[in-house]
Amino acid sequence: MIKFVDVSKTYPGGQRALSKVNFHVEPGEMVFLTGHSGAGKSTMLKLISLMERPTVGKVFINGHDLSHISRHDVAYIRRDIGMIFQNHQLLMDKSVFDNVALPLIIEGYPRKQIQSRVQAALDRVGLLDKKWNLPATLSGGEQQRVGIARAVVNRPPIILADEPTGNLDPALSWEIIRLFEDFNAAGASVFIATHDLGLIARMQYRTLTLKGGQMINDGLTESWQDRK
Amino acid sequence: MSILFKSRQSGAQQSQISKQQKLVMWFTSHVRQAITSFGELLRTPAASFMTIAVLGLSITLPSTLYILVKNLDNISANTQDAAEISLFIREGATRADVDQLIKRLRTWPEIDALQYISPEDALQEFKQQSGFGSAIDALQSNPLPAVLLIYPTEKHGSPAAAKFLLNKLTQEREIELGKVDIEWLERLHAIMAVTNELVTMIAVLLFVSVILIVGNTIRLNIFNKRNEIMVMKLVGATDGFIQRPFLYTGLWYGVLGGIMSWITVALLLWWMSYSIGDILTLYRQEFVLAGLDFATLNTMLLMSVLMGLIGSAISVKRYVDQIEPE
Repeated sequence: MIKFVDVSKTYPGGQRALSKVNFHVEPGEMVFLTGHSGAGKSTMLKLISLMERPTVGKVFINGHDLSHISRHDVAYIRRDIGMIFQNHQLLMDKSVFDNVALPLIIEGYPRKQIQSRVQAALDRVGLLDKKWNLPATLSGGEQQRVGIARAVVNRPPIILADEPTGNLDPALSWEIIRLFEDFNAAGASVFIATHDLGLIARMQYRTLTLKGGQMINDGLTESWQDRK
Repeated sequence: MSILFKSRQSGAQQSQISKQQKLVMWFTSHVRQAITSFGELLRTPAASFMTIAVLGLSITLPSTLYILVKNLDNISANTQDAAEISLFIREGATRADVDQLIKRLRTWPEIDALQYISPEDALQEFKQQSGFGSAIDALQSNPLPAVLLIYPTEKHGSPAAAKFLLNKLTQEREIELGKVDIEWLERLHAIMAVTNELVTMIAVLLFVSVILIVGNTIRLNIFNKRNEIMVMKLVGATDGFIQRPFLYTGLWYGVLGGIMSWITVALLLWWMSYSIGDILTLYRQEFVLAGLDFATLNTMLLMSVLMGLIGSAISVKRYVDQIEPE
């Protein structure tokens, strides 16, 4: 589903964020990406969502070489990727409902479908009763769930999450991860970047570990734990 | 449309809708964005008003000048006697000679109409107008010559053409002397030509600055919404989708600015009408200030809308592209 072939990324100024990274996430897989800050996690997500382009190497999604995607088509690629951010990236002057509806409005869904889909997504994350609230009136965990509802509302085949549990306590983090498991069970490939090692340790998912821009481990959490 | 996943359908495609419905949806989405943009203008009434006033006032000035110039045009158009040529018949020419001359002149294409004033008629008129009635009665004979008044056609009524016609007419042997009272008209035409150019120059300068002002306002709008734009780009909005509300904002500035210019021009003309009336009565002109006709109003609105759109288009093109999610 997501495939990196010898991908290196050097930012203007010479900072090398990734070097020769190879991996392949299968369709329907749920994968964690971990490493210290500055290890290249964000860069990796940016390469998948086309916020950055690799300096060397190729990124494939569903077999399509992303280097062939023109600037104009980037918007259409992002519609296939549900993205979740640590700082939520919500529109603070719009209601929860409007925030979640945004991707559907952009894609030009008819009003009725927007209603029912937003309803369903909010129900899924348990925020149906707060749909007319402004994001600022919600707690951090609730805001994160709004972001998740927005990411999945158009049922994308790929879900990317950047530190989705960043500021949450363990119980809330666990809830969020459970949500991702649900989406994964529904068929989406889920790719989660986190430095919350405790969280990963409690689950048996494939984990990619980055260090200084290089992939130092690709395997089950257990094997990573063994070496510790 | 999904590029990566061929089987995946999205949005409009999914619900199998007809072309007609698609058009309706496209239309309603535009209307929705237009209304949203209008709502945003109302949310910052003071700032919006300033931009609208800039547009409105900058159209007011050239429009007012234009209307004044047009009125001057009307004066010169109405003043047929300006290009009226007086021909004085040579002494000794008989009435038959004059009739011959008139017959010949009627065939000239340059001449619209002509009028013969016999010496007796001329004397009569002079008596009435000059107030020397009794003095003239004392004259032994009539000193006034017969006069032919020539009214050139519109095409030959301009100062230059009328002079040319005068030259041609004085070649006729029955004619002693010809006169065309044209100097003041020449001056008027020269002033009007300069004024016309001035109006154009002022208009162009103002319009350019207005486009820059609108562009700058929209640029600030764009930067204020930097976050919103980034989020929209992250969830897959095309540049076009993001740009549209700003273009509608520019459109609204234009529409409202145009309406404002109608009002200010009407007020200005009303205010000036007294002083203009005074000048015109000096020239013995029937004063009707031809003001805002439908075409002028339309042009003003169109110019305003165009400036609003061009200004916002420049900014939108330049700055929406630049904002990329980080």
